This record gives sequence, C-alpha cells and structure tokens, in this order.
Amino acid sequence: MNKNEFRALQELKYKTGQIDRRTFVRSLLATSIALPTALSIASSVEAATPKRGGLLRVGMGHGSTTDTLDPSTSENGFTLATNYAWSNHLTEVGPDGQLRPELAESYSSSDAKTWVFDLRQGVEFHNGKTMTSEDVIASLQYHMGDESKSAAKGLLTAVTSMKADGPNRVIIELASANADFPFIVSDYHLAIMPVVDGALSVNTGMGTGGYILESFDPGVRAKLKRNPNYWKADSAHFDEVELISIIDVAARQNAMMNGDVDVIDRVDPKTVALLGRAPNLDILELTGTLHYTFPMRLDVAPFDNYDLRMALKYSLKRQELIDKILLGHGALGNDHPISTANRFHASGLEQREFDADKAAFHYKKSGHSGAIQLSSSDAAFAGAVDAAQLIAASAAEAGINIEVVREPKDGYWSNVWNKKGWSACYWGGRPTEDWMFSAAYTNDTEWNDTAWKGTESSAKFNDIVVAARAELDDNKRRDMYAECQRLINDDGGTICPMFANYIIAHSKKVAHGADVASNWDLDGCKISERWWFA
Amino acid sequence: MHPIVATVIQRLFLGIATLFVVSIIIFSSIEMLPGDFGQAVLGQAATEETVAAFRKELGLDKPAYIRYFDWVAGVIQGDLGTSFSGRAASGVDRSRPVAELIAPRLWNTLFLAGMTAIIAVPLALFLGITAALYRNTYYDKIVSASTLTTISFPEFFVAYILILLLTALWPVFPSLANIDVSTPLGERIYRSALPALTLTLVIVAHMMRMTRAAIINLLANPYIQMARLSGATQREVILKHALPNAWAPIATVIAFNLAYLVVGVVVVEVVFVYPGVGQLMVDSVTSRDIPVVQACALIFAITYIFLNLLADIIGIITNPRLLHPK
Repeated sequence: MNKNEFRALQELKYKTGQIDRRTFVRSLLATSIALPTALSIASSVEAATPKRGGLLRVGMGHGSTTDTLDPSTSENGFTLATNYAWSNHLTEVGPDGQLRPELAESYSSSDAKTWVFDLRQGVEFHNGKTMTSEDVIASLQYHMGDESKSAAKGLLTAVTSMKADGPNRVIIELASANADFPFIVSDYHLAIMPVVDGALSVNTGMGTGGYILESFDPGVRAKLKRNPNYWKADSAHFDEVELISIIDVAARQNAMMNGDVDVIDRVDPKTVALLGRAPNLDILELTGTLHYTFPMRLDVAPFDNYDLRMALKYSLKRQELIDKILLGHGALGNDHPISTANRFHASGLEQREFDADKAAFHYKKSGHSGAIQLSSSDAAFAGAVDAAQLIAASAAEAGINIEVVREPKDGYWSNVWNKKGWSACYWGGRPTEDWMFSAAYTNDTEWNDTAWKGTESSAKFNDIVVAARAELDDNKRRDMYAECQRLINDDGGTICPMFANYIIAHSKKVAHGADVASNWDLDGCKISERWWFA
Repeated sequence: MHPIVATVIQRLFLGIATLFVVSIIIFSSIEMLPGDFGQAVLGQAATEETVAAFRKELGLDKPAYIRYFDWVAGVIQGDLGTSFSGRAASGVDRSRPVAELIAPRLWNTLFLAGMTAIIAVPLALFLGITAALYRNTYYDKIVSASTLTTISFPEFFVAYILILLLTALWPVFPSLANIDVSTPLGERIYRSALPALTLTLVIVAHMMRMTRAAIINLLANPYIQMARLSGATQREVILKHALPNAWAPIATVIAFNLAYLVVGVVVVEVVFVYPGVGQLMVDSVTSRDIPVVQACALIFAITYIFLNLLADIIGIITNPRLLHPK
C-alpha cells in the first residue's frame, strides 16, 4: 500500500467514524505529513462529511410572477429547484452525470420497448399517504393525452400504455424502442404526485421529496422545511431551505458578498474574478449543456450549399468568442450540440478551428458572391450581437462578407429564429443525446432550426438516431452517437462555437460532494438535497 | 354648502374625468407594445398556431375598442380582471385575479413609501425651515450642498454606496429587503431600512429646497416687514407669518414626491430585491401580462391624482384666497 492509498483509506475510516480525529491525524503524521497540514486535512475531511442542520438561502437569477407549482409548467431554474426539493421522480441524474433509480428501486427492459419500473416500498408523501403505482401512473398520465398542455407532453408521446402490476410495479409500453426512456422519466416535469380522493394533487407542492413546502410566492421566494420522514438516506441535510428570486445580477452578488444568502447561481462572468476575491466565498464553475448556436437554414439560399456552410464554419474564431463573449467561462463547441457533460460526447472528433485558407477554398467552391446576412439579437443570448460582429470580422479575413442584421428583441423567437436564413440562437441542452437530437435535429421536429433534411447525411443521421434509440448496448450507442455528431459537424446547418459554464458562488460555510452535477445549474437544481453546512 | 366642500367635490369629479382620459392613454399605449403574451410566454417554442390559440383563449382576438370597454366596465365594478400568467402551458386555468397579485405588492410599496415619508418629510421641512432661518450661513450652504449632492446621483448609485457603507464595511443593515406578508413589523422595518434611507436621500433635496425657497420668497413681502417692524424675531417671522402662507407650494412638492415614492421606485426595488409593485409592473410588461400592467398603471394614476388633490385641498385650506380665483 503506498502513501496515498493509505491516506485515502484512513480518510474513509475517519469519515465513517471508525477512527477518531486524533488517530486520523496521527496516522497522517506517520506518512510524514507535517502537523498543520494534517490538521487541515482532518478539517477538510470533516467538512466533506455531510452534517444535518441550518437554513440554506439560495439567491437565484430566475423566477417570475408567472411561476406555478404545477410541474407541467416548470420552465425556469427557480421552479426546477423548487420542484426538485418537494418532489421525487422515478429516476434521477446523479452528481456524476449517471442515471440512477430514485422512486423506482430498479428498472429494466429487454427490448427498450417495454419498461418495468419496480417502485421503492414504504415511501410516503408529505400527507402520509404511501406511494403506489396508482400515483406514478396518474402523475405521468397528467402530461399525456390530447387535451394536455403540459410542456412534457412531447416526451411521453411514445407511451402507448401504462399498467400497474400490483402496488409496487409499473409497466410502460412504448410505441417504438427507446433506450433512454429511464432518462426521460427523470425530467423535472415528471414529478410524482399523490392521488388524493381520486384526483391527482397538482399545484399543491405535495410530493415525496426531502423538503415540505411551507410557502411559495411566485417571483419572490419559496420556503421549505425538512421532511422528517424522507426515505432517502444521507440526503436533504438542511433543516430549512429558502429559495429567493434575485433577478438583478448586481443585487444577487451583493447579497452573496454580504452574507444575506449562502449560494447564488448565474454569476456575471464580467465580475466573477472580483467576486472570487471575497474571502468568505468560493466560486464553482461547471461546463453544462447550455450552448450558443448560429443555425443556418438549408431551405434558404445560399445555406443549401454544403461548401458555403463549410466556409462559414471555418471562418469562426471560437476561442476568441469564448474569451470575449463568455469572458473565458465556457468550453469550445465543435458544431454539434453534445457537450462534455453528456454521456456520449464524441471526444475523438477533430476540433474545428478558424482556418482562413479552408474557408476561402470552400467559399470559392460554393460560387457565392455578395454579402451574407446574419440576424442577431441579444434575445438569443447576452452578447449575441457582439458575437455576430466578431464572426463578421474573422470571416472578412477569409474574404467572406457577412452583414450583421440587428433584430429587435421582441418577437425574436417568432419572427427571426427558425425563419431567417442565418440567425443566433441558444439551446438549454438536454440530458441525453437522443433528446437533444429529437428536439432540434431530426426531420420530424418543428424546432429543426437548420431545416436539415433531404441531404444524404441527414437521412443517414435520422436512421442512426432511430436505431440508437433501440440499442441497449452502451458501447454500440457510443459509436452511433459519435457518428451522429460527426454528421452534424460535417453536413449540418448549425454552427456551435461554445458551451457556456454554470458559475455558482457559495459561502465557504456551505459544502458539496466531490461530484457536482452539471445537467442543470446548482448541482442539477438539487442543491437543497445534496449540499450541507460544513 | 361650505365653499371648501364644494371645491373638493368639484375637484373629485375633475379627478375622475382625468382618470378616464388616463385609462384611454394606458390602454392605447399598451396596444402599441410590440409582441403579445402568447409570443412572450412561448418564447423559443412559439408557433403561429399556438400563439393564435392563446390569443383566442385570452380574448386578444377581439377588436381593441371592445376590449377597452370590457376593461373599463370591469374596473368600475371593482374587477381588475385575471392575470394572463398561469395559463402558460397548463391545461387548467391557474391564473390569479389581478387584485390578489397586486394587493401584497402594493401593500409593500405603500409600506416603504410610508416609512420613507415618515423619515423624509419632517427632515426636509426641518432642514428647509432652518435653512431659510439661517439663510446664507455655512449651515444653509452645507445643507443645500449635501442634499443636492444626494439628489444628483442616480438612485442605484446611492443605493450601492449605502450597501457598501452599511452592510459591507459596517454591517448594520441587510442588503436584501426581501420581506413578505409573514414578516413581523420590527423585522420589516429593519429589512426596509436601506431602501427607505436611499429614497430619503433621493427625495429630501427637492422638498427641502422648495420649503426654503417658498419661505424666502415670502420674506420680501410687505406684511413680513410689518411683522419685523412690530418687533417679531426672525424665528417668529418665519414660523408664524411666512410658513402658513408657504404651505401651498410645499404641499404640492411633498405630494409630488410621495407619488414618486409609490410609482417610481422600481430601481431601488431591484437593487434591494424589495417585492414592490414597480417590480411587478416591469415583470408584467416583459411578459405582456396586460391586465396586470393596466391595473398597475391605473393605480399609479390614481395615486398621482389623489395626492395632487390632497395638496390642492391643503393649499386651499391654508390660503382661503385660492377659493376665489380671479
């Protein structure tokens, strides 16, 4: 056993209470670590051990008076974090990005079409009712059917039937195979709610979650207290949680610096360096799935031309965009929507760089002449107009003339995006590859903002996406999704220069696990359940 | 009928007539806003069909004049309508009545305005009167210079300076004024201290300068000279002889500033995360939640009209000559 292994072992023993602090420090001294260092390691191990108690106050850059407790209407980080605090789902995305069972004890399928969810037994809702398959089916059913206006309706269209097999098993049949179905039921809309007197208790904030909702003031705050009966062991450590909507970024950062809140999300990249100098707080930065794109529509000339698209793809200085628009707080995009936070990111795909020669070559081959219009507005993302200007400047080096059209913010999503030939856009990202592709790249979605259909590559792409959906072998899926990413990168209409980071600031008193989820902001919006006061 | 009562009734009717004109202005300016609720709520996901369906559901497809009369008829019956929000994507209509949405926010705003007024008005009057009393002394100059300095800075700047001084360097008050209905009064005052202080600094100068100017203006009048000749001290001259005649302009300026406290403090609300009605209105404009915007605008208009009416009445009571305009 070498020194590091020994230390790791001792840390584990200390954490789990097998040895006391004195023994732990002595054993570190034995590995020739100096006393002050040993003491500080002991303290950091202590901090890494979750402790119960305290009031967590989270300042969030989201929240509006239009928010409701109905999970089918959740759309911003505030409602996400609130819903994840009072409710559970069949599955959840863990801090390591891997899917794990939550209210389902286990799930399985032999053909990816019939999914069997075995429910955890003895889980109680806040009203004392025991969760059964009836609640699960009613909660999912709520988002289905023609009259449903749930934002999650599209996720469950493939479900043809749901059957209860006793109180603790649900069998779900899909119209077509989908290996990612367990991922889909982790979606924040699909909270499991109780059936009370024959009807689903919606919009009450009643669930099985680690916190019981005390008050909810839309656009202002949500207050929750710990659920003493929480079924999940070693989770939900705070006694109370208060989620506060602080939309103004300066006010949010002020509140953080003055200790009026313990954690804030969406720190301004422009001032994060200054904020980081405050002695009482830490900055946590994670690359998520949020990405900024410049979709070119293949049904609008000249973007139907492969070489022209390629010329434009080569005329972006991606690192410059990250440095100047995201001020360095982002990761390089490779003209496809899959982030390193996703499971099957194609790391083998060569990173596309600015190349004036290649751009000029393809531009010449395309035979296009004259200005190319790029529509942009800060409605797409903060700095989108500046980003478009930077693209125009770098393209000029390759002899391509790009004319930036500044569009009004109002009505941008209805009048410009998905209509004009080339525009700026953002995508919040999706937890699975299939989900992302089905949202914006397959030929059957109306959000296919590149109108990428009809080409040979897109036909191949659509076939692979369908095939991958039915494939249960992860290695094969990895290859298939890598090919999908390559096809979008090569033939697709999207230019995806960058992924934005989630930037969180938190008080030094607050601690989190070694892994922090990046499927959503604030540890997958499950901060109230996963973090604790050191 | 007492002439004052008659005048008040006459003014009240004028106020209601003004409100009607204002309601037309509010409605037509909201009509001119680009985009609508459907587009704003659906954002990236808006398709023409869903927006059209939304419009129909909300009655936005009806002609503007019909919607205007519907709204006015509702308001007269005390019904401000229901908010558009909450109809976002849910199958069931979960929208809240506008009155329920606005009431707690309006109460917060009035609380902050009241708290500020309790500090600012006596302070401004005191400073104004003493500045007039010790006119052209160093005291007068220092008071004028410092109040003019605070009014010259934008509100958010004053707010951040106060945060820097009173929460960061000397932690006395919290920088978050996020109160709610359950906050006890003491806590409420403590949490609202910084916003109230900011607003005080912003409005004191205006009222103080007006008080000072109104009094000094009167000091040149013959009846003041008469008072002086009959042996009154400077203090008596100002408090007994000049001030009663100066109330009308002072009341007007105080009314103006109080109205400002109710309708114009959105910046301060944002900086201190104070859940007031200004913030609600800005949110509603962004999401095109028209019933809420209209109700807020109407409440603001009523505030202005009512406070101006009050100032007029005070002016008339303290100066009966105004009852008989030439």
